[in-house]
Amino acid sequence: MAKYILKRVGLALITLFLIIFILFVLVRIMPGNPFPSERMSAEQIVNKRAEMGLDDPILVQFGRYFINLLHGDFGKGTSLYYGAPINTVLSTCISNSFRIGGIAILEGTAVGLLLGITAALNRGKFLDGFCTVFSILGVCVPGYVFLIFLQYFFAYKIPFFPYFFDPNRFVFSSILPSLSLSLFTMSTVARFTRNEMVEVMDSDYVRLAESKGMTGSLLVRKHILRNALIPIVTVLGPLIVDLLTGALVVEKIYGINGIGKLMVDAIAGEGVDYNYVLALGILYSALYIGIMLVVDILYGIIDPRIRVSASGEEG
Amino acid sequence: MENTTYVPVPGDFELLTDRDITTDKNFASQSYWKGVATHFFRNRRAVVGLVLVLTIIILAILGPMLSPYNYDQIIRAADSEKVVAKGIAPPGTSEGPFAGMTFLFGTDDLGRDLWTRTWQGARVSLIIAFVTIFIDMIIGMSYGLISGYFGGMVDNVMQRIVEIANSVPRLVIVSVLAIFMPKGMGLVIVALLLTEWIGMSKIARAEMLKMKEQEYVLASRTLGAKSLHIIFKQILPNTIGPIITQMMFSIPTAIFTEAFLSFVGVGIMLPQCSIGSLISTGFNNITTLPYQILSPIAVLALQMLGFNFIGDGFREALAPKLEDM
Repeated sequence: MAKYILKRVGLALITLFLIIFILFVLVRIMPGNPFPSERMSAEQIVNKRAEMGLDDPILVQFGRYFINLLHGDFGKGTSLYYGAPINTVLSTCISNSFRIGGIAILEGTAVGLLLGITAALNRGKFLDGFCTVFSILGVCVPGYVFLIFLQYFFAYKIPFFPYFFDPNRFVFSSILPSLSLSLFTMSTVARFTRNEMVEVMDSDYVRLAESKGMTGSLLVRKHILRNALIPIVTVLGPLIVDLLTGALVVEKIYGINGIGKLMVDAIAGEGVDYNYVLALGILYSALYIGIMLVVDILYGIIDPRIRVSASGEEG
Repeated sequence: MENTTYVPVPGDFELLTDRDITTDKNFASQSYWKGVATHFFRNRRAVVGLVLVLTIIILAILGPMLSPYNYDQIIRAADSEKVVAKGIAPPGTSEGPFAGMTFLFGTDDLGRDLWTRTWQGARVSLIIAFVTIFIDMIIGMSYGLISGYFGGMVDNVMQRIVEIANSVPRLVIVSVLAIFMPKGMGLVIVALLLTEWIGMSKIARAEMLKMKEQEYVLASRTLGAKSLHIIFKQILPNTIGPIITQMMFSIPTAIFTEAFLSFVGVGIMLPQCSIGSLISTGFNNITTLPYQILSPIAVLALQMLGFNFIGDGFREALAPKLEDM
């Protein structure tokens, strides 16, 4: 097991390093001016370039950047939040995004599981139909559209919730965005849980347990749920990643000062901020790789067959 | 052993009379695709999805033509006393300066007809989705089939590349592209081209791994067929089903991505419009003109619904479970 985890972690680190390298080189060699030129004279740009070391050979630049990165330093932005270190900006944004994203994941998984289980246990009845309709809705309507409606009705028409995010009233003002962010997770988890449960309930070993006289919650917990939950771990990884993307628009709509909004500012503003794009690119990739890694390892723990087949491939 | 001639006796063979032939029931052999189609059309949801998608496609083609206005035309009307600069009208036949004009979905904040703009936007979204997914299918399919067929070192290297490409979130690709590409349709298409082929290649590779051990491949190879001939002429037709299913699920992703990018502001630029940019404009005016956001959202949701239903139906039709038959 330790060997399997070590190998996975090593591969992930190598991939991350390669991605950082490729991103850095791409951002540096792309044609274009990192500084919004209308506001700066040619001389200023030359000075600025020298100050940021943009005229050095690219490998030297990468070496410097990477060493700083290992110290946790992302450098400074080129046009956004002029002159402020990216770290300071990022730390606020990350804490906001992670808290809201975390709430959304918990909400989505918990409600999704509950809904899926109830639907499977009441197969063919009203609750099952409700679950199906709900999961279809969640897949067809993007979370941000849901947020627009929530915001319109519950913050504008009936001013109960704050219209924009207010960091001083964190819990209260994170209800609407986390709810809409979790919609997709919720519906996918619900549908997946329901289908897995139904499949397991029709299997021979559950029938055997039933014929031995096992009923009720013990049967559901010990025999059905345990086996149905295994594949759900695999969908959770991609769902969290989708959440990252969804957070981009949700944060923009609800005025949350998070990494998603920062990303939008960095690419959709008047000038693209090279260093922010780089920093956020590295951050998002690291998150993505990290999530995939955790899912891989978890899956290896839950289902030993995966581990065996993965090591079998090598030999 | 001595060779004796066998003399047939009555009862060995019997000549069939015409009557006996007609009692034999003959069933026309059903081709694979015909079976798939039967299953597909027997599925109520899949048919609903198909009807929805076809309706939207037809409206996207005809909608802008049926309207007397251009999608970027700002409608002005003269009042009895003064000239009204632009017409902001809610859905339905309007009164006042616009008496007699019908705006089914209303007009947007600059006085452009939303009926025309919505279908024009749907058209843009659908074109982006179909074009990119088609190209992605060709790239991903070839990549996966080749990687799976040759195996060994080739497969190893190709799969490492896929792994790295798969570890880069789409968002990061878009942001790097935004540095050197002008915002607009091109950016959306390139971003989709760079990301959507991966899933396709995985499916194609998995299918290839299943197929390549089959006897007909061995037979073909023994007869001297070239690798590329085996891959594209013989194995490809047998793997096309799952690939098309994947395509059906990729189209909603593409539509979603386009809407998302346009909403964020790096997609389709004004006065051009897409579903995403219409939602974005609608959102900006939601407190004053809330009707504007309804039509693009409805079209988006119905599109997603349709494509998802078709995808589900297709998947079920390709691998029908016993209980469904």
